[in-house]
Amino acid sequence: MGKKPEREYGEIYRTLLNRGVTRRDFMKFCTATAATLGLSATYADKIAEAVQKAKKPPVVWLEMQACTGDTESLLRASKPTAAELILDIISYDYHETVMAPAGHQAEKSLADVVKNHKGKYIAIVEGSIPLKDGGIYCTIGGKSALAIAKEVCGNAMATIAVGNCAWDGGWPAAQPNPTGAVGVKDAVPGIALVNLPGCPMNVENLVATIVHFLTFGSLPVTDTMGRPLFAYGKRIHDNCERRGHFDAGQYVKAWGDHGHRQGWCLYEMGCKGPETYHNCPTVRWNEGVNWPVGSGHGCIGCAAPNFWDTMTPFYRRLPKVPGFGIESTADKVGVGLAAATAAGLVAHGVVRAVKGKPKEEKTEE
Amino acid sequence: MEQIRRIRVYAWEFPVRFSHWINFLCVLTFAVTGLYIGNPYAHAHESHQWIMGWMRTLHFIAGYVFLMSFIIRTYWAFMGNRYASWKALFPFTSEQRRDLANALRFYTFTSKKPPYAIGHNAAAGLVYMGVVVLFAFQIVSGFAMYSLSSQSIIASVVGGWFLSVMELSTIRLFHHITMYLIFAFVLVHIYIAWWLDTVEKNGLIDGIFSGSKFVTEKELE
Ligand code: HEM
Ligand code: HEM
Ligand code: SF4
Repeated sequence: MGKKPEREYGEIYRTLLNRGVTRRDFMKFCTATAATLGLSATYADKIAEAVQKAKKPPVVWLEMQACTGDTESLLRASKPTAAELILDIISYDYHETVMAPAGHQAEKSLADVVKNHKGKYIAIVEGSIPLKDGGIYCTIGGKSALAIAKEVCGNAMATIAVGNCAWDGGWPAAQPNPTGAVGVKDAVPGIALVNLPGCPMNVENLVATIVHFLTFGSLPVTDTMGRPLFAYGKRIHDNCERRGHFDAGQYVKAWGDHGHRQGWCLYEMGCKGPETYHNCPTVRWNEGVNWPVGSGHGCIGCAAPNFWDTMTPFYRRLPKVPGFGIESTADKVGVGLAAATAAGLVAHGVVRAVKGKPKEEKTEE
Repeated sequence: MEQIRRIRVYAWEFPVRFSHWINFLCVLTFAVTGLYIGNPYAHAHESHQWIMGWMRTLHFIAGYVFLMSFIIRTYWAFMGNRYASWKALFPFTSEQRRDLANALRFYTFTSKKPPYAIGHNAAAGLVYMGVVVLFAFQIVSGFAMYSLSSQSIIASVVGGWFLSVMELSTIRLFHHITMYLIFAFVLVHIYIAWWLDTVEKNGLIDGIFSGSKFVTEKELE
């Protein structure tokens, strides 16, 4: 590919060059992103071309009822890679946690984007939206989170809900959900929306989603729960590096035991990999350094629906049995049931023995 | 004492007996392998062993066999004799309802008259209906989980749709608990079969092997 005159490049690529990203780094990034998106390496060129030409889309980042973990995930740069810089460049217009303006000035920059770029900006939402009591549990600048979401997401070209909270309410929505928290998909139904659940979301997937949008002009294909298939199409368990130990029958029994030191499967320690769809094992975290199971801790199913309710206790394989006490496991309840049945039968047998045999022949005349 | 004449009645046709004993073998296999899947009770010493692999494979093979047996028995509930009919599972007729009351009174010792029946008695029919529901749930939830790792079209048709009805972790929990409900049924079932066999002297247990029961003339009318 010959070197193109600089003026053909869009803002994003020019900024990258100015910040010292080499063409080689840039192509590496495009190839890696193609892989994350589940596309063949030949798409790297197409992605590179699209990103080179792309205009900087206005992006606003809304912070609702959440812990800011997704922002942390976004900002966790240890070295400025092309991916981080892209995020750095595009998430400029409004981001409550990291933007320079404050107060009325900040509110104005958000209002300006919505007004001046109506239908042309990307909204990224972090955090859940409380609906109870008129939405008073989360207000920013006097407006409820619900009103803000309706206005900002409703006028956006596309919305990306990052983290579990923005997807299905996350932990604010965990039982008993005191604030009536929901995710964007329930608060503002019917908009162009893609969800990147996970507690927090993995920034590689956010970058890949944005690049997909820049390259193809559309949001990636999603499953029935609105999650992109490239990131949520496979279970953790299906791509886990410890899977061989699972099939063999080698399990960690206690933290720090022989099996744990050997890197065996964490199934019996409550790993939720078999129940969770995410691409952690392949994309990993912190620039691909490692991921929870890789570092010896089971998956807690943080990208699964209502994970706080359905995936707990985190260190047991199965959830609690509904309607029984805290300590009830399926096996305790089941063995109890079987034992009670057996006891009932024994009691029945004793009564039979005491009462004697029915006189069959006689009663039948 | 009066001599009682017993007549041989062919109650359980081959498909009924066949599916009964196939189910029995499957439930046994499900229990051994399912308990392992739920709580691996034997650990491998070497990485090239494949204990969980075998347990799951056996569980899934039994799953297919069980599905087949379930289909055969369901088909026979419409094609077979009146003892095999699905109508025998519900107390539709007043006769069945009287039968039901008699059976319940016998089981609770408030009557000494055993619930003679050529097919199942009406109480047993209702319980079998419950078992059919448990079996169907195990099949659907089992194939739902199986469809995650299998490309088989059968798995996605039989169970795949269920994944959007229930959350995966809840499916696993209920699949596990239902096993214990089936255990409870089996205990009661074998106990009652053996009890009635000794009381009614009609070859009840033999019946599920050979198909024939031996009933008195009175019961036949
Ligand atoms: C009487 C019927 C059955 C019983 C008692 C039974 C029992 C069990 C038990 C106890 C587990 C472990 C659950 C856990 O603790 O996570 C299990 C798992 C499973 N069963 Fe069944 N099962 C039955 C029928 C079926 C059928 C018909 C299928 C269909 C193929 C099936 C497929 C599965 C699958 C896929 C798993 C999860 C395995 C894994 O993810 O590694 N089961 N079963
Ligand atoms: C896993 C274990 C078992 C299961 C799930 C099971 C289930 C069933 C079911 C569903 C039926 C109704 C048959 C039909 O209409 O298709 C039945 C009938 C019968 N079973 Fe079993 N069974 C089991 C084990 C046994 C064993 C071990 C025996 C022998 C002691 C036995 C003896 C009978 C008899 C005698 C009948 C006919 C009962 C009647 O007249 O109502 N079963 N069983
Ligand atoms: S560690 Fe978890 S995800 Fe990995 S093989 Fe074991 S159970 Fe599956």
